[in-house]
Amino acid sequence: MFEYTVRRLLIAVPTLVIISLVIFLVLSLAPNDPMAQVPLTVPPEVKEKMREALGLGQPLYVQFWKWLVQFFWIEPQVLIDYFFGTNYSEDKLRVISWQTRAPVMDTVMQRLPQTLWVVGMSYVVAIAISIPIGIYSAYKQYSIFDQTGTFITMVGYSIPPFFTGPLVIVIFAVYLEWFPSTYDTLHEVNNWESFIIQLKQMFLPVMVLAIQGTAQISRYMRSAILDNLNQDYVRTARAKGLSESIVILVHVLRNSMIPVITVIALNLPLIFGGAIITEQVFKVNGIGQQLILAIYANDLPTIQTLTFIFAFLIVFFNLVADVLYALLDPRIRYE
Amino acid sequence: MSNKIKNQEILFSPGSTYWGDVWLQFKKHKGALLGAIIFFGILITVMLGPYLWPFEPNAIDIRSRNQGPSLLHPFGTDQLGRDTFSRMIAGGQTSITVGLAAMFLSLVLGTCIGVIAGYYKRLDGVLMRFTDLFLSLPLLPLLLLMMFLFREPLSVSYGPEKGMFILIVFAIGVTSWMPTARIVRGDVLALKQREFVIAARSIGSPDQKIIIRHILPNILSPILVSATLGIANAIITESALSFLGLGFPPDFPTWGRLLNDAVDYLQLHPERVMWPGLAISLTVLSINFLGDGLRDALDPRIRGR
Repeated sequence: MFEYTVRRLLIAVPTLVIISLVIFLVLSLAPNDPMAQVPLTVPPEVKEKMREALGLGQPLYVQFWKWLVQFFWIEPQVLIDYFFGTNYSEDKLRVISWQTRAPVMDTVMQRLPQTLWVVGMSYVVAIAISIPIGIYSAYKQYSIFDQTGTFITMVGYSIPPFFTGPLVIVIFAVYLEWFPSTYDTLHEVNNWESFIIQLKQMFLPVMVLAIQGTAQISRYMRSAILDNLNQDYVRTARAKGLSESIVILVHVLRNSMIPVITVIALNLPLIFGGAIITEQVFKVNGIGQQLILAIYANDLPTIQTLTFIFAFLIVFFNLVADVLYALLDPRIRYE
Repeated sequence: MSNKIKNQEILFSPGSTYWGDVWLQFKKHKGALLGAIIFFGILITVMLGPYLWPFEPNAIDIRSRNQGPSLLHPFGTDQLGRDTFSRMIAGGQTSITVGLAAMFLSLVLGTCIGVIAGYYKRLDGVLMRFTDLFLSLPLLPLLLLMMFLFREPLSVSYGPEKGMFILIVFAIGVTSWMPTARIVRGDVLALKQREFVIAARSIGSPDQKIIIRHILPNILSPILVSATLGIANAIITESALSFLGLGFPPDFPTWGRLLNDAVDYLQLHPERVMWPGLAISLTVLSINFLGDGLRDALDPRIRGR
């Protein structure tokens, strides 16, 4: 098991390097001058420093190497300094945002928790709803519950988050006035009431993303259970006299979870993509909104860093899925 | 005598050809049939609409601005008095054309890569690693990046609308071929071991001939299913880009763009969000049902039942 995990980790590292190369190449292949839109108010010596930080005018591989060093060598040092009070990273060139003139990672660290909270919560909600639905509609295949369930998940699967977002705002914020339509970014949780307010303002964005997730996961759950229900081991378990709930919830569910876990992890990129849109609709100050702001402001270092962070999150969750997969299905480990 | 007639009936019944069988099975799936009808209905409305509908999508009539639905303007008018229905038709034209073109590009790419990876063992490993790499790219951020970086140079050389069209179709096509490639590769791997392919090779058919004559017709059904899902995916992606303001120019309506414009008036005119949103959702939903039915109809194991 340990060996398998290490092997998977070793594959993930080159993947990340190649992805960062792709992002870098897309940025450098762009035909316009990356510094063209920097405001004239920026003093020339600062501009020179920005050019130096990007390695402009030097060969492409030097630029790429500079970015890699800044991102994988200097930024971790900053993190170590932050935790242990050391000063390894003093006077070193960090990845500086052109918009805020501050290190990009500082802004990211302020914004990442919101994104992870909203995405994470919505995924937990989606899994909690979709697994029982999937199990029950497979168990009662072609019943009314199954047919309405299949139809509703198909609808949820087809409605994009940029429509469900405004739709739930119209219903729950404009007409019913149950929840706020935007996310108050300055809100602090320090007692029970403020916690309730926090829950309320997270409700709509989480709901929008959870609808998307539920639709996908429950479809896969249903078909995975259906595949397993006719297997011999199910008949054996029933013949042994096990109760129906144990057969379904222990034997069948465990085997059905194997493909579903992969789908849960592989769908995360989609959910992160949805998070960019949801953050835009509900004005959540996460990294998705930061990406859009950076794109509008032509803030290259921030765009590069954020795109890479999204890539990192995706690769990381794929890795988690692979390890979980091996944990659940011992056959995988000996490939 | 009667036996003979019966035989003839069986011979000429619609179920006797491959596509006849597929059609018979497809008809049984009510959702798929309804999906097909709705999708072609939307397609016809959008394609013929501009010739039948009296209002121009960009004709400004400031006196009749911000109207609700009426007989003259069934979907109402926007803040400049432009007729929403005609804008919906114009937007649908763009969205569906982008969807079809991007689907076609991603299908060609996916099929080529899948066939080559499945057929030539030497290239399999490299191409599949390449596919895996693309699958772990952050697609939406990357698409946004491409829109932002290449928008201006392309609009300079091809004009704002055409340049954007080329860019969006290209960007969506390049980032959505991976599922098709995987499915096609799997099917080609299985087909390569079949007797008729081995027979064709043993009489000395060149590889291109085998691929075109024997492999491609047999992987048509997964490609068709991917095609339907590809249209849905492309329409959603294009709308998402337009929704984030990085799609077509503002005066050029698409469904995503109209939705984006309507969100600004969410508090005052909530019904405006509905039209483009419903149009996107209904189109995608009908295509998904169509794809579902097509998958069942094209699968010979299910068809017998």
